[in-house]
Amino acid sequence: MRSKLYVCGFLSIAVVTVALLATQKARASGAAADQTVEVKIDNFSFSPKTLTVTPGTTVKWTNRDDIPHTVVSDDKVTFKSKVLDTDDSFSFTFTKPGTYDYFCSLHAHMTAKVVVQ
Amino acid sequence: MANDDRDRITLDQNHDGIDRRGFLKCMAWAGTGTLCVIQGGILKSYAFGAELPPEATAGELAFAQISDSHMGFNKPANTDVVSTLKAAVDKINALPARPEFLLHTGDISHLAKPEEFDTVDQILKSAVAKEVFFVPGEHDVAGDEGARYFERYGKSSQGAGWYSFDKKGVHFIGLVNVMNLKAGGLGTLGPEQLAWLEKDVQSLGGSTPLVVFAHIPLWSVYPEWGWGTEDSAEALALLKRFGSVTVLNGHIHQTMQKVEGSITFHTAASTAFPQPEPGKADSPGPMKVPAEQLRQFLGITDVNFVRGQHVLAIVDSRLG
Repeated sequence: MRSKLYVCGFLSIAVVTVALLATQKARASGAAADQTVEVKIDNFSFSPKTLTVTPGTTVKWTNRDDIPHTVVSDDKVTFKSKVLDTDDSFSFTFTKPGTYDYFCSLHAHMTAKVVVQ
Repeated sequence: MANDDRDRITLDQNHDGIDRRGFLKCMAWAGTGTLCVIQGGILKSYAFGAELPPEATAGELAFAQISDSHMGFNKPANTDVVSTLKAAVDKINALPARPEFLLHTGDISHLAKPEEFDTVDQILKSAVAKEVFFVPGEHDVAGDEGARYFERYGKSSQGAGWYSFDKKGVHFIGLVNVMNLKAGGLGTLGPEQLAWLEKDVQSLGGSTPLVVFAHIPLWSVYPEWGWGTEDSAEALALLKRFGSVTVLNGHIHQTMQKVEGSITFHTAASTAFPQPEPGKADSPGPMKVPAEQLRQFLGITDVNFVRGQHVLAIVDSRLG
C-alpha cells in the first residue's frame, strides 16, 4: 500500500518536473526564435564587428552608409544578400551553433562575424 | 610658372629618360589646375587653359580615359551625376588633340541596373570619340556576378571579360580585377586571367608600347581600404621586358601616379564624386565638398602617344 503511494508520489513529481522543464525549454527557444538583433552597416564597417547570439536568432543588417554594400558569408553559400543600397536591409536566421565569418563582396576589406552559441 | 626654365627639369638619374623628381613635383601642381605634359621624359608645365604648343598635343594616337561615373548615385556628395558625366564629355570634345576612342575604367553604374548602363551609353554617344572600351568596376558586377554587365559589354572578351586590341601599333589590354573577391582581400586577377595575359603578350616585341587598363589600381595604393590588387606583381612581371608600359586605373576617385622602371601607373578622377586621400578619413566613401568646388575634384584624362617616346603624355583635366 505504502509503496504504491510512494510510486504515485514519485511519478507525479517526475511528471511535474518534466512538464516544468518542457515549458522552460519552450520559453527559452521561443524567446530566441522571436528575437531579432540588428547590425548596422556604416562607414565601410559592420557594427558590432563580432556579434554573439543564441541559435534561432534572426540577425538583421541595415545599410546606413551612402554607398551600397552586401552581406556575404565567407563560403559565399551560407548566406548572401542582394546589393543593399542606403536603408535597405537583409535578414538571416541562425539555427546552428558556430562562427560565421562574413564580408562585403564589393569592398572585401570589410569583414565581421556572427558567433552562434 | 608656365614655361619657366625652372620647370624644364631634366634630371635623368636612371638614364632611362624619365625625370622622377620633376615628375612628382609636377604632379603636386596638377591639383591646382596645371597641366603636366610628359614627353620622352622631359616635363613641361602649362597653366590650365594656356595654349598648348603642337608638340604637347600632336601624337600618333590620342585617346581619353574616364572612370567611375557611378550612374544612379544620388547622395549629397553629388546629386546629379548625369550633369557631371555630360560635363566630362564636353571636356573630351574640347580636347586639342581629338581622341580616337575612350577607355572607361569601370564603376560605370552604381547598382548595375540596366537603366544606369543605358544612361551612360546614351551620354557617351555625344562624345567625338565613338568607340568606347570598358572594364567593369565592382559596382558593375554586383549582385549577379556580372551577368548584366557582360551581357552588355563582354561579348568579345575572354573568360570573365578580359581582352586586348591594337591601335596604331600600341597594344591595349583590358583586365578584370573585381570578380570573386575574397573576404579581407584586395582586387584579384586570378590564375586563368594571368595565363591568358602571358599568352597574349608572348609574341609581342619588347618595343611594342603597352597600355593596360583595369578598375582597381594594379599597385598598392592603400591596402587598408582595399586599394590594390593581390596578384598584380605576377601580371607586371610578365610585362617587365617591355620598354613602355602605361597602366590606367580608376576606383579611388582621385588622380595618382607612380613610375617604376618602364611602367607608368596612373589613376583617374571620377566623373561622379571624389574620395578622400589615403588615410585622411575613416573610410573611402564619397567625400562631400562645397557644391561650387565639386567639379574641381572630378575630371578626365587625355593620353597621347608619340612614336619614339616611351612615356605617353598623360594629362589630367578637371571639370571645373
